[in-house]
Amino acid sequence: MRPADLCNYPSSWFSGGSNAVSDIVISSRIRLARNVAGYEFLPCLSAERQQELHDRLKEALLSIDLGEKVWCVDIDHTSDVERNLLTERHLISRRHAKGKGPRSVVLAEDESFTAMINEEDHLRMQVYAAGLDLDACWQRLGRIDDLIEEKIDYAFDRQLGYLTACPTNLGTGLRVSVMLHLPALKMTGHIEKFITAAHDCDMAVRGLFGEGTDAVGDFFQLSNQITLGLSEQQIIETFSAVIVPKIIAYETEARKALLSKKPYALDDKIQRALGVLRSAHLISSQEALFLLSNVRLGVNLGRVKDINIATVNELFMLTQPAHLQLRAGKILDADQRDTLRAKIIRTKLNRN
Amino acid sequence: MLCQACKERSATIHLTEIDNGQRSETHLCQQCARQQGLSIKSQIPLDELMNTLLSSQQEKTSQQSKPSITAASDHACPNCGMTLGRFAKTPLLGCAHDYTEFQSELLPLIEQNHNGKSHHCGKVPTRICEHDRNEIERNKLRQQLDQAVKNEDYEAAAKLRDQIQALT
Repeated sequence: MRPADLCNYPSSWFSGGSNAVSDIVISSRIRLARNVAGYEFLPCLSAERQQELHDRLKEALLSIDLGEKVWCVDIDHTSDVERNLLTERHLISRRHAKGKGPRSVVLAEDESFTAMINEEDHLRMQVYAAGLDLDACWQRLGRIDDLIEEKIDYAFDRQLGYLTACPTNLGTGLRVSVMLHLPALKMTGHIEKFITAAHDCDMAVRGLFGEGTDAVGDFFQLSNQITLGLSEQQIIETFSAVIVPKIIAYETEARKALLSKKPYALDDKIQRALGVLRSAHLISSQEALFLLSNVRLGVNLGRVKDINIATVNELFMLTQPAHLQLRAGKILDADQRDTLRAKIIRTKLNRN
Repeated sequence: MLCQACKERSATIHLTEIDNGQRSETHLCQQCARQQGLSIKSQIPLDELMNTLLSSQQEKTSQQSKPSITAASDHACPNCGMTLGRFAKTPLLGCAHDYTEFQSELLPLIEQNHNGKSHHCGKVPTRICEHDRNEIERNKLRQQLDQAVKNEDYEAAAKLRDQIQALT
């Protein structure tokens, strides 16, 4: 299998069915940061030792039962566009794509598990699930972590827990992220309050797509910033029992308010988005994200009946720059990408 | 809307002041508002959301001055050669020993980042000796005890206290 093989279908974490929760919570992710005892962290690790460590970790990962068929991509010897494809699918980080020296990613064929070797830490493993299912993520990731630990000694301190290159990941090394679609909170003007509230309880809010941290098309990633002094279960429970249900309730309420008070304004927004997407011949990835976001809301609210949610979800993924270029089989400039993007969207939305 | 101070980030804090009947509006991003010492916790209509979000976390002491590491120190870790000056720029450490070597400088930074916490309460590798394992277990129970007292759940608190004593 090669990264390019992925460019024609969406990731499993972005293709969940439609229900009250997964309309709003697109996916759940848990990540663990680990380092190997006896090796310097990456900023001070010699090229030779980095290779040695890389080979040890790769061997350990490939020798255990990861619950799925896995493959390994040597990031150091992969083309830029393939690295970008893996980044667009959230299989590797931007840092890993742009890094130096021997580094790889081991990933499950269904993309529900990935392990980056020699990223910021020696090992960064993550498990994805569609919708809200953090408990399942942690159960699986915790078990994988145990299996690796049978073969590799992790750097651990009895006071500080698992030691990481950056002190912000100390302790559990655990980062929980939920990907949210909050178009109604945005339309009703409450999104900035959500962001402020999240910051106030030590959560980080980022965009789900594209460069930088701005949330494009009403997609947000909410993640914990505190990793030390709380157990894994406490961190996860704060999300699944406290914060996420509240956010779902508020987004749901905002959706109901839009439907009952301004259905004509809502339909106008949705149908205009659909009109542009069905007829445009040039469309940037930013504009596509914005408009698809409105259409996604329309489908989820039953205002658009002739398009299914799988089609919309698929378009988010397949119209990103690296996906387009691998699909075309060549490097495209911005105009060519915008043309191809518009064509794919037109074809998919008009066929339904 | 762009922040009036930095003109880069989008404004999320909108302040309306009425002074002698004169109304003025200021629009700032979170960072600039913090720099200007504006409290951003009080003016949020989504009270319930705020309260739920906030009560799920321990209350933070208000706006402490941020401990920071100055680039002055050129003391190097004997194991990896990392200095605090280099760490301040990236901010990544060079090896596990740095946490011991630079303990007094790093600890305030760690506590600040993790909401005042400095002791691991989570998973423990199986190879860790029983003594250390018990210590981490005690940390975990103490933390639950604090939470129980805060919630005024004294029955649970008494149980936790007994469990902690049994481990000592």
